[in-house]
Amino acid sequence: MLDESYYRKTDEIIAHYGREAKALIPIMQDVQAEYRYLPGELLAYIAKQIGITETKAYSVATFYENFSFEAKGKYVIKVCDGTACHVRHSTPVLEALWKELGLSKKKHTTDDMMFTVETVSCLGACGLAPTMMVNEQVYPAMTPEKALALIAELRGKG
Amino acid sequence: MIQNIEDLSREREKAVAELNGYDCRVLVCSGTGCIATGSDKIHKLLEDLIADNPEIDLVFAPHDDHDRPNIGVKKTGCQGFCELGPLVRIQKGDKMVQYVKVQPEDCKEIYEKTILGGDVIERLLYHKGEKKYVGPEEIPFIAKQTRIVLENCGKLDAESLDEYLASGGFKALEKAMFQMDRDQVIEEIDKSGLRGRGGGGFPAGRKWKQVARQKDPIRYVVCNGDEGDPGAFMDGSVMEGDPFKLIEGMMIAGYAVRSSDGYIYVRAEYPMSVTRLRHAIALLEERGLLGDNILGSDFSFHLHINRGAGAFVCGEGSALTASIEGNRGMPRVKPPRTVEKGLWERPTVLNNVETYANVPKIILQGADWYRSIGTAGSPGTKTFSLTGAIENTGLIEVPMGSTLREIIFDIGGGLKNGATFKAVQIGGPSGGCLTEQHLDEPLDFDSVKKFNAIVGSGGMVVMDEHTCMVEVARFFMSFTQRESCGKCVPCREGTKRMLEILEKIVNGQGELEDLDKLEELATMVKTMALCGLGKSAPLPVISTLSTFRDEYIEHIVDKKCRAKVCTALRKYVINPDFCKGCGKCARNCPVNAISGKVKNPYHIDPTVCIKCGACKENCAFDAIYVEA
Repeated sequence: MLDESYYRKTDEIIAHYGREAKALIPIMQDVQAEYRYLPGELLAYIAKQIGITETKAYSVATFYENFSFEAKGKYVIKVCDGTACHVRHSTPVLEALWKELGLSKKKHTTDDMMFTVETVSCLGACGLAPTMMVNEQVYPAMTPEKALALIAELRGKG
Repeated sequence: MIQNIEDLSREREKAVAELNGYDCRVLVCSGTGCIATGSDKIHKLLEDLIADNPEIDLVFAPHDDHDRPNIGVKKTGCQGFCELGPLVRIQKGDKMVQYVKVQPEDCKEIYEKTILGGDVIERLLYHKGEKKYVGPEEIPFIAKQTRIVLENCGKLDAESLDEYLASGGFKALEKAMFQMDRDQVIEEIDKSGLRGRGGGGFPAGRKWKQVARQKDPIRYVVCNGDEGDPGAFMDGSVMEGDPFKLIEGMMIAGYAVRSSDGYIYVRAEYPMSVTRLRHAIALLEERGLLGDNILGSDFSFHLHINRGAGAFVCGEGSALTASIEGNRGMPRVKPPRTVEKGLWERPTVLNNVETYANVPKIILQGADWYRSIGTAGSPGTKTFSLTGAIENTGLIEVPMGSTLREIIFDIGGGLKNGATFKAVQIGGPSGGCLTEQHLDEPLDFDSVKKFNAIVGSGGMVVMDEHTCMVEVARFFMSFTQRESCGKCVPCREGTKRMLEILEKIVNGQGELEDLDKLEELATMVKTMALCGLGKSAPLPVISTLSTFRDEYIEHIVDKKCRAKVCTALRKYVINPDFCKGCGKCARNCPVNAISGKVKNPYHIDPTVCIKCGACKENCAFDAIYVEA
């Protein structure tokens, strides 16, 4: 069971966008931004509030890559594997992060909920490939060494 | 509040006076690229240095009091030279200095020497060999471009409506609304030959005409800012660098087709674009340029922003509108076309960012002027993002019909580290590869199609001899397969089977008949997929198969990857001349593939080796190398 505060916050977000079917995606985006994932209970709640079926809400949420029903880490690291980054060797950066954090293609988030590592198809900073993004900040010209140094720095910050 | 054209003229005059009132403008590039290299820190440092000096006015809006110098520190759109960021330009009167790779420790010197003193710091200038370049316009990378869409990027404060007004912003809207009727506006766009810059190249004027002709009184204007092609960032740069221009273009479209609501669909990975657009819309609403009865007329226009949620297919028109409606972003069968039944089943003008950004200039300077740039079939310019194994990566704009040689070698400065040009991938996952033999072909919508490629949205990834073309085809196929929405069978199943075959080949398990299967599947998906994205998904395979068939055959028959990219085909070898026989490699090998006697050269058994590279990584004498 989610705490009452989750529903209050969701009510606020729904009020902002309006109780309409078309508001589903922006509402889910804001809820996810708030909690770093989309709790299933809230999805059902949103569906009811904006007058759509739960199945419809679920079908939309699962269609888009950005929505996650699993909680993400404090630092969400998106390693760019767009064409420009790929040809400038983004794969070793990803592999170094996986190795350091004990993650893999299947396991995205560390057990201590500090880091989530994902790949993304393009961050739009291709001139500085390979790039990665930690939360909303883009880091340029990555190497496995720089990625590991950044992890150490973030760990230090807690 | 700007309530009529007199107000607008007055505000513009005021803005011009303000812009001219600066003694010095410090233009810090605040595109996504430069912010990633730390330009926001530079902006803050320079602002603080100026604010700390009581003798100077750090002005956000300058004034007439000229006892003390007026200095403005601005955040501009992408200055283009992303590789050399953070970029800073210092403008005094009509003199401009371009600094590259500015670091926090340079700020004090810039402030003292250039901003206060007017001297140039040579160390921070762009240089090529011995030659140093002071002004941005002198740098070949910039001098050889023709900037229409990107004209304001790097010159104006991307967050200031006044600077946009001062540079002639909203003159085109004014002209469209008060000196032309709606049909004339559409006619002018049609005559200009402006073609959709999102990839399809469909004439924009024809779209507008079709929407205007519909009986339904409710129409929508939608902007496709879902720039999903990996390796493309032109539209993102326009949205974050010159949001007002995009909005003005959309408003002109709205006026022309009698629409009162516009939507901009921005992809999720562009938070900066969303921020700048929201800021721009809020400013315009506050000043009365967006909303009801614009400039005292009966034209009302409201603009909304929708953020994408990470689905490449939403770049397709009908999928994009479905997503705005709150549905799964899946394309639908056409007809009816978007111009007849688009967003909420209403007639909809759907163009991409760059297309709209061309509109104001066409209205202001006329269709004939526009047609004087580019080629007869593809007038105007095209922005490209230049990336990959090239010396100058960045954002460029050139006339349609420029050759690849001009783009890659004259503007891009050739290959990085003196590597050999192998191919350039254009048009993203829907595009193809062009090679040496295409270097002198003029690049426009129609010419490129002949070579199994498309101009697409304008991503251009340069590849050198270290790129394996089979692996590139696999890379794109894994992208399109992952992004296939799953609605139609040819794309859902076809891309999956094609990917399996490509994976087999890069893993060294390919057979020659796989190439025939690949071709058959490619033709099937190309002809039968439901939407444009599915239809173009096999293009990277078709294009590499026709141009680099020998590389496919090498992978299959010789089990060899000449670029040494495909891991499974690598062969690790110990060079006996360098090997000291320390045995470290043998101890590191996880599968005991390495044997030998201490102090004698060791040997790797290729039948046991799993190509993990642990031996090479740990060799103190660089005695282990990869054989193609």
